[in-house]
Amino acid sequence: MAARKATPSIRKATSSATPAIRKATSPAIRKVPPAIRKVPPTVAERIEVRKTYKLYIGGAFPRSESGRAYVVKGADGTILANACRASRKDLRDAVRAARAAQGAWARKTAMNRGQVLYRVAELMEGRRDQFTAEVAAAEGLTAARARTTVDRAIDRWVWYAGWADKIAQVLGSSNPVAAPYFNFTIPEPTGVVGVVAPETSSLLGLVSRLAPPLVSGNTVVLLTSESRPLPAVTLSEVLATSDVPGGVVNVLTGYRTELVPVLAGHVDVDALDTWGVPDSMRLDTELLAADDIKRVLRRPTTVAETRFDWLDDRASERPEWIAAFLEMKTVWHPIGV
Amino acid sequence: MRHMASSDDSAVARSAAAAPNSWGFGDGQAIPWDYAPAPEARDIVSLKERYGLFIGGREVQATGGETFVSIDPSTELPLASVAKATAADIDKAVRAARRAYRRSWGQLSGKERAKYLFRISRILQERSREFAVLESMDSGKPIKESRDVDVPLAASHFWYYAGWADKLDYAFPGRVARPLGVAAQIIPWNFPLLMLAWKIAPALAAGNTVVLKPASTTPLSALLFAEVCTQADLPPGTVNIVPGPGEVGMSLVTHADVDKVAFTGSTEIGRKIYRGVAGTDKALTLELGGKAANIVFDDAPLDQAIEGIVNGIYFNQGEVCCAGSRLLVQESIAETLIDKLKDRLATIRVGDPLDKNTDVGAINSKAQLEKITELVASGVAEGAELYQPACDLPERGYFFRPTLFTNVAMSHRIAAEEIFGPVLSVLTFRTPDEAVEKANNTPYGLSAGIWTDKGSRILDMVSKMKAGVVWANTFNRFDPTSPFGGYKESGFGREGGMHGLHAYVRLEDR
Repeated sequence: MAARKATPSIRKATSSATPAIRKATSPAIRKVPPAIRKVPPTVAERIEVRKTYKLYIGGAFPRSESGRAYVVKGADGTILANACRASRKDLRDAVRAARAAQGAWARKTAMNRGQVLYRVAELMEGRRDQFTAEVAAAEGLTAARARTTVDRAIDRWVWYAGWADKIAQVLGSSNPVAAPYFNFTIPEPTGVVGVVAPETSSLLGLVSRLAPPLVSGNTVVLLTSESRPLPAVTLSEVLATSDVPGGVVNVLTGYRTELVPVLAGHVDVDALDTWGVPDSMRLDTELLAADDIKRVLRRPTTVAETRFDWLDDRASERPEWIAAFLEMKTVWHPIGV
Repeated sequence: MRHMASSDDSAVARSAAAAPNSWGFGDGQAIPWDYAPAPEARDIVSLKERYGLFIGGREVQATGGETFVSIDPSTELPLASVAKATAADIDKAVRAARRAYRRSWGQLSGKERAKYLFRISRILQERSREFAVLESMDSGKPIKESRDVDVPLAASHFWYYAGWADKLDYAFPGRVARPLGVAAQIIPWNFPLLMLAWKIAPALAAGNTVVLKPASTTPLSALLFAEVCTQADLPPGTVNIVPGPGEVGMSLVTHADVDKVAFTGSTEIGRKIYRGVAGTDKALTLELGGKAANIVFDDAPLDQAIEGIVNGIYFNQGEVCCAGSRLLVQESIAETLIDKLKDRLATIRVGDPLDKNTDVGAINSKAQLEKITELVASGVAEGAELYQPACDLPERGYFFRPTLFTNVAMSHRIAAEEIFGPVLSVLTFRTPDEAVEKANNTPYGLSAGIWTDKGSRILDMVSKMKAGVVWANTFNRFDPTSPFGGYKESGFGREGGMHGLHAYVRLEDR
């Protein structure tokens, strides 16, 4: 009850503090983006402070070391921002950060990891309007549809966060071997997971792919949607201000053709989620993954990337996606004196 | 019977002859007594001169009529000639499997499938002696292992998965488990019948049909299993067996109408198979190589540990993917442990696989013997210290002495590469952290062993091992209820247990 009452005032505080957001959430979202405004602003009008969309590596927000950027356009063709065009060096830095963070993330208690991830949903809730505006602009959705999508992304995050201290009980086992041994099987995180996020669903799809490997203790190098990267960058800002330790999630914006092969061929990446890999790159990506026997969670070729319904909870809330980034460890010990 | 080997002038044999006599009898005699021969009768096996392929429930000859010979590695004498499958035969087999999937096996309820699998398990038990003898003849493994491990485990694997066939709903809560379709399965030569059971039992339980390619040096127990399928009245085409060389395996893997590929074998071939399914929707599980660390702490029960170390590396001539081939000993007890180990090695009996007293049988093939010999020579060349007990080897057949290397460095090939032979590399460590670091410093991650009396240390080490199976105060134990499979380049997916079913189902929304 209390939380419910508090929400509107938080939202109000957020929107009054950042006029740009209020403008973005109005029905006509950035019809005329400031960047290409023809008429100079009057003296009386406040000039908004625009955001620089950066990479997120090891808990910091660097620009690409290459100094490169690319123009991100909204669904209606208007220019939204310049996003960093990450280089292979940025990707390698991200893998190093993910590796460094993995042990401590996996060693957190399952309950603590669940709470840390739940807090991400709490902070996403606080940025609901901003996400809604960005998703609407990126995906060309109505404000109402964008809101539904963002709400579902938040709820989905909560759904996965709750698995942290349950997945071992559902997937682990005690095995009745036919000899005097105590034998049990426990899941452990695979390690560093490269996630190629869906190209079309910029936030909900991304959350549905990012949360499963995270919840069990993997760390992630995430390639955002190439054409719709901005909600993912905002999510990285949420992660940075949450309790998720730096390096646990590393977010890269850039070109798929440039980054996916480096990710797939990197020997310190243990597993890949190739959902967002374009069909044309699929074979080469898997050939690279074969070199060091990477685990790959693939999108079935029969499922078109653009057609998948991320709003469908049954289809998108899958413990199998958590299991894809787990290793089952079986332990034997004799029973006796 | 037992005397020093002297005619062989290889470096390895010279070292063996020069090895100190740890029994202290001073006359170069390893053991002061002999064992009378105790051969298992071979006549329970009635070998045919020629074996065909098993496709669509019938024995058929290979397209083009080519054959190859399967030999007994302990005598180098031919056992039988076997039809050599071609790509055309693979196509026939996959069609037969598809037909059975559509029309017979795939239409059966879980309850009916279960009864067939129980039948198979029972027949394997009934014919266990025959299978054990044949397995030892064709593979070179000691009869006591095929009799007490391979065959009973194969039967119990079918038994275990039989019960799952009508209980899949309970294995995957919230989802409906559907079969994948036609499974292509390729198995190695080290546990021919057992690997067949690991592959076929969960596949059939889940409702798939199977095309299985046994290894080209050990096709006979798979072909005898074809008879079991016939005896069990298994619907024709449910199981198809197509012996042949590696290329035939690849044409099976890349066949367009295969839904699932399961492979057990080397990491090198595993990569090729992975590439073969790249870009498709085929499900894939791989069980590949290993270079397991067997870690002995200073508080370990030493005599128990010695038995575990010996079982870890000399079981099945060390031709085991999860063999404990790297022994990591805490420095303070290294000298004592190595002395005890050398004493124990002197009592290992190498020889006729069909002899009930034999501990180490024949190496599976000439090629494998050459690989082991080459790697052992590299160990000597790189400066490790070789020890082999002074036992004589049969004059014919592919035999290799139980071998132990001390003064091994992590950079030596014998410490890094999978030898797949009775060769143990001993390294030392001071702290638990160093043991963890050394144990995990390999691209493999199949198994590990830990020996200590301290429970909390076991659990700490267990959590730090990057390995799919961890044996604590034991080694090389297997059970159908116990999932088995690797981390890292040892592959992915699990065989055995409830987890083994996952490799053969597609999960759908309820």
